[in-house]
Amino acid sequence: MLVFLIRRLGGLVATLLVATVVVFAVLEILPGDPASLMLGVNAQPDTIAALRTELGLDRPALARYLGWIGGMLVGDFGISYTYRVPVAGLIADRALVSLPLALMALLLSTAIAIPLGTLAATAHNRWPDATVMGFAQVGVAVPNFWFGILLVYLFAVTLRWVPAGGFAGWDAGPAAALASLILPAIALALPQAAILARVMRSALLDVLHEDYIRTARAKGLPFLATVWRHAVRNALIPVLTILGLQFAFLIAGTIIIENVFYLPGLGRLIFQAVAQRDLIVVQSLTVLLVATVVIVNFLVDLAYAAVDPRLRDTGR
Amino acid sequence: MSETAIDGVNRRSMVARALRHPSFLIGAAITLTLLAAALVSFVWTPFPVAEVVIRDRLQPPNPVHWLGTDAFGRDIFSMLLVGARNSLGVAVVAVAIGIGIGVPLGLAAAAEGGLLDSILMRGSDLVFAFPALVTAVMITAIFGPGAINAMIAIGIFNVPVFARVTRGAARALWGREFVLAARVAGKTRARITVEHVLPNVASLIIVQSTIQFALAILAEAGLSYVGLGTQPPMPSWGKMLADAQTMMAIAPWLAIVPGLAIVASVLGLNLLGDGLRDVLDPRLDRTR
Amino acid sequence: MRRTVHALAAGLVLAAGLTAPAFAQKTTATIGMRLEPPHLDPTAGAAAAIDEVVYQNVFEGLTRIDADGSVKPGLAESWSISDDGLTYTFQLRDGVTFHDGTGFDAEDVKFSFDRARADESTNAQKRIFEPIEAVTVVDPETVEITLSRPAGSFLFDLGWGDAVIVAAESADTNTTAPVGTGPFKFSRWVKGDSVLLERNEAYWGEPAALTGATFKFVGDPAASLAAMLAGDLDAYPNFPATENLPQFEADPRFAVVVGTSEGETILALNNREKPFADLKVRQAISHAIDRQAIIDGAMFGYGTPIGSHFAPHHPAYEDLTGTYPYALEKARTLLAEAGYPDGFEATMKLPPTTYARRSGEIIASELSKIGITVEIIPVEWAQWLEQVFKGHDFDMTIVSHTEPLDVDIYARDDYYFGYDNPEFDAIIDTLQSEADPKARNALFRQAQDMIAADAVNGFLFQLPKAGVWNAKLKGLWSDAPIQANDLTDVHWAP
Repeated sequence: MLVFLIRRLGGLVATLLVATVVVFAVLEILPGDPASLMLGVNAQPDTIAALRTELGLDRPALARYLGWIGGMLVGDFGISYTYRVPVAGLIADRALVSLPLALMALLLSTAIAIPLGTLAATAHNRWPDATVMGFAQVGVAVPNFWFGILLVYLFAVTLRWVPAGGFAGWDAGPAAALASLILPAIALALPQAAILARVMRSALLDVLHEDYIRTARAKGLPFLATVWRHAVRNALIPVLTILGLQFAFLIAGTIIIENVFYLPGLGRLIFQAVAQRDLIVVQSLTVLLVATVVIVNFLVDLAYAAVDPRLRDTGR
Repeated sequence: MSETAIDGVNRRSMVARALRHPSFLIGAAITLTLLAAALVSFVWTPFPVAEVVIRDRLQPPNPVHWLGTDAFGRDIFSMLLVGARNSLGVAVVAVAIGIGIGVPLGLAAAAEGGLLDSILMRGSDLVFAFPALVTAVMITAIFGPGAINAMIAIGIFNVPVFARVTRGAARALWGREFVLAARVAGKTRARITVEHVLPNVASLIIVQSTIQFALAILAEAGLSYVGLGTQPPMPSWGKMLADAQTMMAIAPWLAIVPGLAIVASVLGLNLLGDGLRDVLDPRLDRTR
Repeated sequence: MRRTVHALAAGLVLAAGLTAPAFAQKTTATIGMRLEPPHLDPTAGAAAAIDEVVYQNVFEGLTRIDADGSVKPGLAESWSISDDGLTYTFQLRDGVTFHDGTGFDAEDVKFSFDRARADESTNAQKRIFEPIEAVTVVDPETVEITLSRPAGSFLFDLGWGDAVIVAAESADTNTTAPVGTGPFKFSRWVKGDSVLLERNEAYWGEPAALTGATFKFVGDPAASLAAMLAGDLDAYPNFPATENLPQFEADPRFAVVVGTSEGETILALNNREKPFADLKVRQAISHAIDRQAIIDGAMFGYGTPIGSHFAPHHPAYEDLTGTYPYALEKARTLLAEAGYPDGFEATMKLPPTTYARRSGEIIASELSKIGITVEIIPVEWAQWLEQVFKGHDFDMTIVSHTEPLDVDIYARDDYYFGYDNPEFDAIIDTLQSEADPKARNALFRQAQDMIAADAVNGFLFQLPKAGVWNAKLKGLWSDAPIQANDLTDVHWAP
């Protein structure tokens, strides 16, 4: 187990290191200069040069890379070019929107998907199964931004139940904050719920065909009790894997939804930072997002290895 | 994981299964309609698709403009047809990139194992770890937005998908008797891969392709919606949605029509994929 | 520490004000803006959004630009100009304090201007200070500025956001915690969402009617519409989607005020490259552009056609839209005469604004009628600056020039569209040292005529300043003589 752990940990660090190089290199070839963008069309060349010096953009690439990596190791992500504040604080602010949003979407999708998936599997090949799978098919096919637009017009503009978008901020009270997150969370959750329901159903179907379920049934345990006590719990392993991946996806994958609902989250931060050539924000945030995914994967692998020792020997 | 051998005997039963399979039939019908729309758009559209006629703008659906006109007076139905061509085009190339690079990589990793396998797996971890849209944003920031760059951005993420699916299925096959027999007979790994492994993972790849195809259509719509994908004057469903969003209150058909087109296409392809999986091998459906 | 507590308390008060029931008299306003400012120091960045939040609200200059574009006294109560136009003596207001409690005097003026014109200055409009030779403190309430050459628009320029007065103690932290002398104090910045201001109770002039204001950044046009309709915003002084204005006009809850802006929207042509170096080609393009169709299609009818690079509301404006009227036959003939009977291919690089993207699509369709095949290349602002503005690597582009009275850009050396006409340069030279308004207007007219006749660019329309706000909210500017959302006089009608 220890060898496995060390090997996987080594892989994790290597992946992250490669990621930092890739991100930095890509941003180096990105056309556009942050300083001239900030000063606009009337700026004089010496003004731009002065700002470049102030931002440290005149240093050689290697020095900037090493400075950035070194800083990140001690938790210093640098100073944003455009906002002139520490990047870490900027990211933390935005994470206070994206993380709760992702979490809400995840909870919603789980709350929808687990019962529906279970229902479909237990009623395999009968009408509840067909109905649930039909909805799941449509759910997967709906673009979440389109769904978001429709939600805004129905619930915010026409019915005026919730704000049309924006984020009230947590100090406006949790109720107001959650109200501004509910529509985007629904828009995000729908396709995820559809995927999750399908995974739940097929995982449960697999388990229901296992011998021990037949044994349990043969011992006279009622069907629903069997499903609950033995099947659902075992089926949750693949479901949890998907959930882990979805959470990582949701944190970064909300750019479009954050645009529809003009939420100040991480997705929009990175989108704007690219447009403004706030490279230090882009590179730090990208690496952070990559790290999130890699670490979630690592934890999932660990969980698997803990459950199933055979997996420790294979590559994956 | 099951062993799929496509031979003459069960080909006939496959057709029979297909014809009795409702989601396959619905999916195939929608996909063929989509394909037909895309093909028709090459030779005919009711109106020239890029022609701006300001005085005809924002007409609701009527006998002349079946689905109405947009803010520039362009015919929505014509744009929808050409948009289908655009969506399909981007998706075909993106999936082709995934298959073209991913399948050989997956086969090689399964055949060779060892270092190559590790590198491939770590590499695909790395690609998966990058947020897709962020990567797309950067690709377009460097090369400029456009359909081609959308194809590349979506294609990149298809590579590890196909590589993993292929590798997983192929690795299972390498432990099978018929492959072992071929090895004993002195065939090279490359030859075994081509003669025995590839034919047996083909159906899995086909099924995965339809799924990735549907995802690619969604991804293209998303990229075009945020302005990173297909550019005017070429119409695209995602861009039509983006343009329509502010006009929701005055011209709702502008947002509803392309949205439904996306939903229908993705739904059709997914149904086709599910159907194909059952038809190609009835046992596969529970392995997913 | 006390400061933080205070700001926090103010934030809570504001928040309470915002969520108060609709029937209670509101004393705050939430203003929608398209872009979030990168930071809040108007003397260290070009972003219009900075001025739109802090100009006249937080920071003030010696002069200020009024709602109608005239120059009014600001922190300077009065001034006198020497006969040779080289010495300006400003009499400063008494009893003005910065928001941090420190007093304002002539030293602050000297500090601000010397900082702006220093070598390491990052002021985006450094050219304003370029004529300044020396800033001298005569006494705490008197400042004397000597110029090296007469500058005709000096008093106007001092009213820009880039020339506001800052204090030495807070100059370096103004980016995140701006400290000025204005009627509102900075309270809080929710990054990515909003900036909150609160009333400055110690203001030297008439205190503001509003107790606080929130500037909320809603970039997406569709989201802006939804937010206005849902009542999340009280005003959107520069509404980004003109297609929705009729909807607001039909709704008695809203007032729609379409005013003038300083944004001349042009189809810029690269005059230094073939085929655009040829006057006949440029004339052909001008003849092929149907301005009304562009205004109808791209701006939904809001916008004033222009025939030169000059704002229609200015006294010196001349209507030159008839110089090259929409005439396709004429355009084809000119193109043939220039040696392009079958037209040619050209690229059009479009920055990411709605007006540019939409106008571009329409113009591409219009130019195709005279055989010019346009390839549209969308670019981000960073790329636009790099490729078009600095690199001159473009054929055509569409952009709105939003600085007031900026016709002098046609005289700048190596400016991006590459117009080079010594006669025009001479007009601008004279203009820059001319202070007499009458003579200045005559020169402005000459300048307009010349660039219109030379068809330097395709002159499209003056960008409208389409404001939408709650019908009960009064006192917002209808026009935009300068980029600002001056809240000094804003109040709720009972």
